[in-house]
Amino acid sequence: MERADVVKTAMLARLKLSDAEIGTFESQIARLLDYVEILNEVNTENVEPMAHAVELSNVFREDEPRESLARDDALANAPKTDGEYFLVPPILGGI
Amino acid sequence: MSISGATAVELLARMERGDLSSAEITGAFLDRIQSHDEQIGAFLFVDRDAALGQAEQVDARRKAGRRVGKLAGLPVAVKDVLCVKGQPTTCASRMLRSFVPPYNAHVVDRLNTEDAVLIGKTNMDEFAMGSSTENSAFKQTCNPWNVQCTPGGSSGGSAAAVAAELAPMAIGSDTGGSIRQPAGFCGVVGLKTTYGRVSRYGLVAFASSLDQVGPLANDVAGAALLLEAIAGHDPRDSTCVDRPVPQFSRTVDEPLRGLKVGVVKEHFVEGLDPEVESAVLAALGVYRSLGADVREIRLPHAKYAVAAYYLIASSEASSNLARYDGVHYGFRAEKFDDLIDMYAATRGEGFGEEVKRRIMLGTYALSAGYYEAYYLKALKVRRLIRDDFDRAFESVDVIASPVSPTPAFKLGELLDDPLAMYLSDIYTLSANLAGIPGISVPAGKSGNGLPIGLQLQAPPFEEERLLRAARMFEREKGEG
Repeated sequence: MERADVVKTAMLARLKLSDAEIGTFESQIARLLDYVEILNEVNTENVEPMAHAVELSNVFREDEPRESLARDDALANAPKTDGEYFLVPPILGGI
Repeated sequence: MSISGATAVELLARMERGDLSSAEITGAFLDRIQSHDEQIGAFLFVDRDAALGQAEQVDARRKAGRRVGKLAGLPVAVKDVLCVKGQPTTCASRMLRSFVPPYNAHVVDRLNTEDAVLIGKTNMDEFAMGSSTENSAFKQTCNPWNVQCTPGGSSGGSAAAVAAELAPMAIGSDTGGSIRQPAGFCGVVGLKTTYGRVSRYGLVAFASSLDQVGPLANDVAGAALLLEAIAGHDPRDSTCVDRPVPQFSRTVDEPLRGLKVGVVKEHFVEGLDPEVESAVLAALGVYRSLGADVREIRLPHAKYAVAAYYLIASSEASSNLARYDGVHYGFRAEKFDDLIDMYAATRGEGFGEEVKRRIMLGTYALSAGYYEAYYLKALKVRRLIRDDFDRAFESVDVIASPVSPTPAFKLGELLDDPLAMYLSDIYTLSANLAGIPGISVPAGKSGNGLPIGLQLQAPPFEEERLLRAARMFEREKGEG
């Protein structure tokens, strides 16, 4: 893990990091990645990945309309709203 | 006996006899919170009037001879990772500092249905990521046995609240040991449930294939009672399994005949504190004296659990926490250039260091070119860890082990060393990977007077066996 990897990963994760944080994470994550190399000792040929502890197949329910949150409740925690919608900065013109 | 030192079952019996009201009990715990919590720091939110109001309602219904729930009038503290309608639910994060959920978590609905009194929301590591509660954005929680030490984490507030007699019972969540490790550090009982036993609806997600909600209490019977109240099917969590919930509180006092206890050779290795080791060996002696058959078993992949766990948990966290974008709820940064920059600034300012570290590790492990080497590899090793348990449980009923390699460490001691902090969960996190239940029970104290926990693990959905086995030990130790 090098500085460029930290910067790229932070971009992918949408995290604005300070220079100090980039430096700290560079060494700490490098050490964690060294540690997890231990997994390469394990032969996992023909082993199925285990995504969940209880392996359920799809759980279905009827597709029926039901009550949902009232608009005021849904907007109550929004950082910015006009009372009808969530407000965000302009989405065109940026990256 | 004092109110605050009584067990949940005793308090319930005294209310049923009419010796005590819920208002008196709730008032006594609220008074203790007022006088002691400045020092302990277990609670993030307490609404005295709301709690007393709930208590008086239950008292009135009980007095009128109307039906009341299993927990009628008992105060329960709730980790601030579960949504309570109309009360702040912060996850101890700046990101959710002012978030007030418009709905209740399923577990909170269950507590209300069973007439518990919600006494307050407890402190935790931010988004449940940590092993010391030091990652809270708001306050430090101290270990009630020694305020220089951590209560453990991430459910450190819930464990400290029960240990300091600020509540007889509490709800925690456990993704890699977050109920059992603080329970062990604080000398209380804590149970991580089988994956699928308790609904996670309204639990703020950290790592969805690992997260489980569970009870903490000052004795095993209290944990059994609280589990009985919160467990069961909920169609709002599709991973919540539809199977009957045993009446844990009825059977908890029945000893198990012919119990076979497994001990794992791989657990007794370098890094295990000698006092913890001797407490666990003494516990095995207790089981032998009760007629149990203690035998050695192998979990050959145990040493890979920490590595597999941190890759899987961090990967899932990086995905789950993508929702905090400053748009629908929570914090939004004030200064930014455009939409993408708003996301990045909001998340950079809103999350604390440990959360950012795990999002970074998880994002990296899932990114192009690394997914197979890290994430997929970890999921394969996870299967081998589960297979180890399945094989072990063919010859034993429960597995006994330490909860943590050491008693509670000092506040600040491991803060700059993430890997050392992660390794403190070495005995607990394989239960999350495998989805099996585990319990932490007090097993004595170190020379410095710090509690030491004994962990028992059982096959999926065998919480009843786990509680009964734990109760056998507790009774013999004379701590309950």
